[in-house]
Amino acid sequence: MITIQNYVRARSVEEAWQLNQNKRNRIFGGMLWLRLGRGSVNTAIDLCDLGLDTIEENEEQFSIGAYVTLRDIELHKGLNTYTCGAASNAVKDIVGVQFRNMATVGGSIWGRFGFSDVLTLFLSLDSYVELYKGGIIPLCQFVSMKPDRDVLLRLIVKKTPGKAVYTSMRNQRTDFPVIALALSKINGEYRASVGARPNRAFLVRSDNAEGFAQLVANTVPTGTNLRGSAAYRTHLIRALCDRALAELEVM
Amino acid sequence: MEHKEYKSVNKSVRKKDAMQLLLGKPVYTNDVVPRDALVVKLLRSPHANAIIESINTDTAKKVPGVVDIFTWEDVPKTRFAIAGQTFPEPSPYDRLILDRHARFSGDAVAIIAAETEKAALKAMKLIKVQYRVLEAVLDFRKAKDNPVLVHPEEDWFPPCEVGGDHMRNLVASDDERYGDVEGIMAQCDVVLERTFHTKAYNQAMMENFTCYANFDRYGRLHVISSTQIVFHTRRILSRALGLPKSRIRVEKPRIGGGFGAKQTAVCDVYPAFVAMKTGRPAMITYTREESQIAGSPRHEMEITLRLGATSDGRIRAMDLYTLSNTGAYGEHGPTTVGLSGHKALPLYTGSLEAFRFRYDVVYTNHQAAGAYRGYGATQGIFAVESAVNELAEKLGMDATAIRDMNMVREGMVMPAYYNEVADACALDRCMDHCRRIFNWEERSKVRDMGNGKVRTAGVAMAMQGSCISNVDVGSATLKLSEDGTYNLIIGAADMGTGCDTILAQMVAELMDCNVDDVAVFGADTDVSPYDSGSYASSTTYITGQAVVKACNQLKTRICAIAAGMMGCEEDEVEFASTCVRRVNSDDSVSLTDIAYKAQIGNTIPAESTATHTSPVSPPPYMVGMVEIELDRLTGKVDVLDYMAVIDCGIPINPALATIQAEGGIVQGIGHTLMENVTYDQSGRPAEASFMQYKIPTRLDVGRLKIEFEHSYEPTGPFGAKSIGEIVINTPAPAIAHAIARATGVWHSELPITPEKIAMSAEK
Amino acid sequence: MEIRFKLNGKAVTASVDADTVLLDLLRDKGCLSVKRGCDTSNCGLCTVLMDGKPVLSCSALAVRADGREIFTLEGLQEEASDFAGFIADQGADQCGFCNPGYVVNTIALLRENPDPTDDDIRAFLAGNLCRCSGYEGQLRGIRNYLNSRKA
Repeated sequence: MITIQNYVRARSVEEAWQLNQNKRNRIFGGMLWLRLGRGSVNTAIDLCDLGLDTIEENEEQFSIGAYVTLRDIELHKGLNTYTCGAASNAVKDIVGVQFRNMATVGGSIWGRFGFSDVLTLFLSLDSYVELYKGGIIPLCQFVSMKPDRDVLLRLIVKKTPGKAVYTSMRNQRTDFPVIALALSKINGEYRASVGARPNRAFLVRSDNAEGFAQLVANTVPTGTNLRGSAAYRTHLIRALCDRALAELEVM
Repeated sequence: MEHKEYKSVNKSVRKKDAMQLLLGKPVYTNDVVPRDALVVKLLRSPHANAIIESINTDTAKKVPGVVDIFTWEDVPKTRFAIAGQTFPEPSPYDRLILDRHARFSGDAVAIIAAETEKAALKAMKLIKVQYRVLEAVLDFRKAKDNPVLVHPEEDWFPPCEVGGDHMRNLVASDDERYGDVEGIMAQCDVVLERTFHTKAYNQAMMENFTCYANFDRYGRLHVISSTQIVFHTRRILSRALGLPKSRIRVEKPRIGGGFGAKQTAVCDVYPAFVAMKTGRPAMITYTREESQIAGSPRHEMEITLRLGATSDGRIRAMDLYTLSNTGAYGEHGPTTVGLSGHKALPLYTGSLEAFRFRYDVVYTNHQAAGAYRGYGATQGIFAVESAVNELAEKLGMDATAIRDMNMVREGMVMPAYYNEVADACALDRCMDHCRRIFNWEERSKVRDMGNGKVRTAGVAMAMQGSCISNVDVGSATLKLSEDGTYNLIIGAADMGTGCDTILAQMVAELMDCNVDDVAVFGADTDVSPYDSGSYASSTTYITGQAVVKACNQLKTRICAIAAGMMGCEEDEVEFASTCVRRVNSDDSVSLTDIAYKAQIGNTIPAESTATHTSPVSPPPYMVGMVEIELDRLTGKVDVLDYMAVIDCGIPINPALATIQAEGGIVQGIGHTLMENVTYDQSGRPAEASFMQYKIPTRLDVGRLKIEFEHSYEPTGPFGAKSIGEIVINTPAPAIAHAIARATGVWHSELPITPEKIAMSAEK
Repeated sequence: MEIRFKLNGKAVTASVDADTVLLDLLRDKGCLSVKRGCDTSNCGLCTVLMDGKPVLSCSALAVRADGREIFTLEGLQEEASDFAGFIADQGADQCGFCNPGYVVNTIALLRENPDPTDDDIRAFLAGNLCRCSGYEGQLRGIRNYLNSRKA
């Protein structure tokens, strides 16, 4: 388990950012993954007093604070109306209600974890991250950036007209996925985001439904871990994508 | 079958500790011991096979809060076994408290005693060990006669002759024959030969291994442990520590699950040794990772079965060879393997003319295996039942019909089961009953549900034992209290199963009182009468019969006291619930008066201790049927419905028997579909946490339905047999059967993961 | 560090390290119903209510309790007693080690959704592992309780 020397509840984002410039300090979210590490942290920086735990919705977008929990995502009516339930489907099998009451959107996105359902979901949507210093950048760009010392404040999801489906394959219901797939059709473009391959989510886009599942299966690199082989993952991508496309068409 | 109507037996009484447990009262080892005990932590070997060249604890000992650190140089040189078994144990004496030779990745290398966990963990990082890393035996198929020896030491000692030879990595070996197997095989129309592989599943009880030790006010070692075996633990500690048994007391509080894991004294020697060395209370609690990598899981087995049958489905001969992986130490190695034959082959006593059962149990540099619910029968039944299902499919027969033809029936002599007679056997009725409630005829058909999904069903039978015949001993003490209530004192261990309650139900039935009027205490070596412990499905059958004897004896004594009070002969009185009556008169004395009389100028004890053992181990029987929905594209299997009908004689408490069955079936579903054990390069299980070792959640198990067929076992209390273990045996073969019906592929290795299903169907 | 929080309705203070987890603090404070079953946030045995929401106390830093309200099963006895007997009648308490966690989470479920379907119950309690009961008896108990309320 990780060891921590000090704990600070930041009073401002600037204070959090300042503290976070020291490489031995860490910002933490739900602490669910961070604490499993074996390292040592000088100061744990808590953003819980900065009002980042709400989802704000207006005509154009959802602005999701970094400390919004996965349970909030699961239950948010507006987000689930816009995503046709994909948001709820993406998180509802993650361990349990208690876990989802703690795990934060910011933690999932910042960690860019391979197994992340949250990253997989939002990557298929018209999403952006808001960084304290880096400003607003598309999520698909953020995904491939190396973690730096910036502070993630919010995730922004534009209400670009579209629809979405979320599906995953799990060996046991609340386990990490063997493969996770978010499929959307936004502004007429098909976007397949494939997570748990087992590396971090990978996005494939096309204007054509025809041959898309095969394209995704051919394009997305897969690997082997305890939960499945690369070949099985590729097989699953094809199968799940076919089904998701069919589901999307009847929505 | 009709049976007698009882007042307290065969009733769904609440468990005596139910509300305490549900309301979270402090009743477990970690809750009841003083908070100031030293924290004991173990430094574990990162290598599967290594000799400790040097170990330096100087820096580590300087960490503030560290009280002492012990290495192999500090411990007694007497080898012992930690298997909870009756002396002389079949398990070899192959352990030291700490050994210079680390035999698996996770083997204990140093014991750290500190004031706080933090200090202990800090010190752990500062212990410097130089290992001479040796080649390891990590494939159990190559272990026998491998030049690399897991136990080359000269003082390796087997207390029983079980065919072992440590210079061959062999813990046990046997070859048993009945009839002319080869001759009959040659006459058979069909001979099926298949090899099955099952893994070293973890019991994954919710409470990790934990134990506390202290020297009490008499200078005796007082051990409070989460254990199924208080008396065996006392004997093990006595040998390991060199202390006389009179100086050791072992008790168990409530236990947070065991399933056999706690039939081995996995962690008890460490805090006991620390208490002895430091004179201070010491406590060890394994992390989940330690329970997973240095616990006492199931024996991995590879079973090769040859089955010979006629073209009309008569199963005439079976030839079974089991290779069992006991890991780095031999706990339960020589005994679990026997069940893979003796509790699988007799299911087909109805037609079996000849059998051969051979086995080898080998050492490897894996975590040591131990006892897990089913104890070898689970592995053997997976093999035999899978082969029979495939035979039925091959012959175009219904899988239940082929069993009707071949199964063991009441009154048969079972040559594969030590020639015991199936005195109580309702297996045939279980099959009829299950077929009916499950609607086997319809649901076993393969039905296309569209979108790549199919539904179908599978079936399996099972048996187990009800004790270790001629070995297990159960005892009970029953005392009359002044208000006419009773105290029942046992040495069996209720680990959540409810044995305290069902034994009280037996007392209530025989003493004609309420279950609430029977207080139960167990288990404590200073107080309890001797009991082998709670394992081998024996508590209801063996300890239950001891309770029956104790009740009858106490009644006689109560009557004797009463006769004295009424000035008549003992044969003139009769026990009548709350009093004793003089027959043919209006005279009677109340139990209260008798109890008080017993305390004044009296020589007849108002208590009784009785002991029981059994020359036979009557099998319970069971039929399980499962309906699945299988997704041919992803390979995912959803268990929709699991129905089982069980012959456990008579369930003493139907609610608790039902829960036993449901819990066992769900463990079986886990082993079949999702719980996997794979190893990293050092031979350490990769599934070392609940994040990786995935036991079923309540979303993974479908609907369960349990019913009972009664039989009457003449040697059991109220006709009862066992229930605890048999219930884990049907899921693997039944689900594998359903998967084969859905896909045409017979999977012989567990778990049958979605990947295996999807990728084998593709070819 | 000094923290102040409400534990089972009472104001308490505690001195904790930055990396002390809530579970250990609560057990130190005598709330022994809170159990540790894994170290990886997977079993649900350590479930407590933080500001009314069920969380895993093994994974929450104790310092995060500062200024908040925590309830363990010790402080929820009456609410638990309403339905616990129905689970006892099924024999589904079994070894009992998972009981405090799932009883607390059942309380959270019933506060949020007083009339859940069987599937609602399964979904809400999915993060509470049990190795003894096979789950069905727990469900029957909760179902019988809900039915008794309607009667």
